[in-house]
Amino acid sequence: MSRLEDFRDRVGSSGPVCVRGGGTRWLVGGPPSAGSREVRAPSGVVSFDPAEMTVVVGAGTPLTELTDALSEHDQEVALGAAPGATVGGVLAVGWSSLRRARIGSVRDALLQADCVGANGALFTAGGPTVKNVSGYDLCRLLVGSLGTLALIGQVILRTWPSPERTLWMQGPSTPEAARDACYRPSSLLWDGRLVSVCLEGYGADVAGEAAFLAANLGFSEMATAPTLPPHRSRWTGLLPEGGLLEVGSGVVHGPVAVDARKPEPGVAGLAARVRSGFDPEGRLNPGRDPYRIAA
Amino acid sequence: MEGGASARHLYSRDGSIITAGRVGVVCLPDSTDQVAACVRIALDHGRAFVPRGAGTGLTGGAVPCDDPVVISTTRMDRILEVDVDRRIAWVEPGVVNLDLTRHLEGTGLHFAPDPSSQQACTIGGNVANNSGGPHCLLYGVTSVHVAAVEVVLPDGEVVVLGEEEGEAAGYDLRGAFVGGEGTLGIATRIAVRLTPDPPEIRTMLLDFSTIEEAAATVSAVIAAGIVPAALELMDQQVVRAVEPFANAGYPLDAAAVLIVEIDGLAAGVEREIEVVARVAHETGARTVRVAADDGERDRIWKGRKAAFGAIATIKPSYYLHDTVIPRTRLAEVVSGVNEIADRHGLIVMNVFHAGDGNLHPILVFDDREPGVMDSVFAAGEEIVRLSLEVGGVLSGEHGIGLEKRRFMPLLFSPASMEAQRVLRDAFDPDGVANPHKVLPSGSSCGDIKELPEVPEGVWV
Ligand SMILES: Cc1cc2nc3c(=O)[nH]c(=O)nc-3n(C[C@H](O)[C@H](O)[C@H](O)COP(=O)(O)OP(=O)(O)OC[C@H]3O[C@@H](n4cnc5c(N)ncnc54)[C@H](O)[C@@H]3O)c2cc1C
Repeated sequence: MSRLEDFRDRVGSSGPVCVRGGGTRWLVGGPPSAGSREVRAPSGVVSFDPAEMTVVVGAGTPLTELTDALSEHDQEVALGAAPGATVGGVLAVGWSSLRRARIGSVRDALLQADCVGANGALFTAGGPTVKNVSGYDLCRLLVGSLGTLALIGQVILRTWPSPERTLWMQGPSTPEAARDACYRPSSLLWDGRLVSVCLEGYGADVAGEAAFLAANLGFSEMATAPTLPPHRSRWTGLLPEGGLLEVGSGVVHGPVAVDARKPEPGVAGLAARVRSGFDPEGRLNPGRDPYRIAA
Repeated sequence: MEGGASARHLYSRDGSIITAGRVGVVCLPDSTDQVAACVRIALDHGRAFVPRGAGTGLTGGAVPCDDPVVISTTRMDRILEVDVDRRIAWVEPGVVNLDLTRHLEGTGLHFAPDPSSQQACTIGGNVANNSGGPHCLLYGVTSVHVAAVEVVLPDGEVVVLGEEEGEAAGYDLRGAFVGGEGTLGIATRIAVRLTPDPPEIRTMLLDFSTIEEAAATVSAVIAAGIVPAALELMDQQVVRAVEPFANAGYPLDAAAVLIVEIDGLAAGVEREIEVVARVAHETGARTVRVAADDGERDRIWKGRKAAFGAIATIKPSYYLHDTVIPRTRLAEVVSGVNEIADRHGLIVMNVFHAGDGNLHPILVFDDREPGVMDSVFAAGEEIVRLSLEVGGVLSGEHGIGLEKRRFMPLLFSPASMEAQRVLRDAFDPDGVANPHKVLPSGSSCGDIKELPEVPEGVWV
């Protein structure tokens, strides 16, 4: 029996069931209801084709195992680093990397997902190629769905060449001034006073932009990437005390958890129809609500 | 609203080879409210509705089935807002892709998706088909560039999916809507992301004595860890047809040429040009030319852009295919496609987005030749099957529409198609939005028989 069929059988076709990844974001969207059976998705890198820039990997694989395999060929994926997280967990939560402006949104990283549906049957969303519009885009729907539509067993992800050099610079500036001084910086963070910029690319280009930021905006090199405050919420235009804004991504990191804004009734209704369509009996990760993202 | 014979004829087909469908009535709303009203009128009369942009779609997505209400976005062509600071523009769905590009000139920003039909196709159509274009290799297809979209749902309700900045909480309903081919509702306002213009752009022209070497070079460039901004292939027949228009200096004796565009900051651009040149020499390039100035660069692209129009000079009719294969298998599949065409006694012209493995074999023929259509369809099906055999997919950018419904079961299991139907039903429980498209249905709407004229000035 293949690992996927084995996963399918463990999920079964009745009773509440939840997937445990690394447990690092276990409370995002609320804990699964008591009494849910816990299953784990298959683990391990199945195949990596650096020349194709795609990788096939079990959803239960620790993210570090995947990133190690990719870095041997100087490649990476757009899955945000979260210590202890699994590939499936990062996809289910759907938070993009801090370096989203360079490597793209996590929603653009998932090419194909082999899943088990609420009825216990295996199905495939998407396809293996880097470009694909064959049918509906179920992959994007699955990312960020907290396992409430289907349980992901194995995925194909798109990889990208890693930058030759990464350098964080910091200085007193406005986010706009820092952004306009660089060509597509990988990340821009703002704490209300200081801007931190992540420059990535070929060494000479990074050095050139760093020198420009130093000379014109008074930036200096940072020894490490900035540390983020523990809670993540949507930017509302007001920087909270001790908060750090991810400029352009609508995300603010702060010291306290803030509840997500409720969706408009029309959107909530559509979302409810999507959820009940995929899982009529509410057996997949019951208790979790992708719209209650505060954590 | 129009119901006359000429309007009904005009709206009965699109850029595909699907025979005319039947239009009930054509509506030309000019606001979201009017679109919602059109949808409600359709519902009140028990009719389905079909959203329509410029009608350049190649798979019959806008072809009406069962006398529906055709809702054309032609009059909704306003660019509502350009926010240079936040790098967002709100546009109406009928805005023509190239008009947005022109409008943004001088802002230092652009809308990245550049379908070859950009002179005619609309942003609403781009969203519905999740369209691509040469520069989507590095920058991503339409979905990557759509932040939010206002949609009139199939029950007439208006919702906004997505967020101007970053990702909306919860399900990515925006992502699900993009590529929905008009079956999930009608986009009435779209917030597109704007991309900064690159500081350096260099365009290379490489030529080869065999098409296999050109294809192998594409694979080798990607394998060397380089993702160019664009990487396009044209074979000898295309080159010979376009050179008289473009005067790009394409070598007419080459079996194939590659256009490689590298952009970004100066040092990286230089480095990548060197790597591409080295790789190309190893994989058999005869010459490697780097455009010396903007004029030369424009001529190289002009040839690529003239390709589709030039095909008309070879034979009167064409059938364009769109499949994607792994980029590492290009050389063998291109040989396979040529072999299939030979076996059926057809001419095939290859001009495609090679960098992401997106094939566009164009079968050209004279449909007055007896029996030729049977060969065209047989060859087309073999090309689709060959693409799937090597691990490819049915479509890279043109979508499924009516044309490829019958191939869906070759790629997806019944359970996988059922999952897609669940998504569709959540948006459209009553099946009124562009019925019969994408997923196989019993309907015989839109027989593939008639063939379109080659449109002027557009390119694949
Ligand atoms: C010569 C030529 C070259 C082409 N090159 C490319 C290419 O390089 N890349 C590429 O991706 N495509 C290409 N195409 C295909 C086509 O141009 C694209 O799919 C385009 O995005 C369609 O836009 P349109 O406005 O013409 O849409 P239409 O053909 O009018 O409609 C296409 C689909 O979108 C739906 N639709 C339209 N507007 C809306 C709306 N507002 N809301 C919801 N649904 C809507 C329709 O129902 C239909 O299903 C090419 C076509 C031609 C003829």
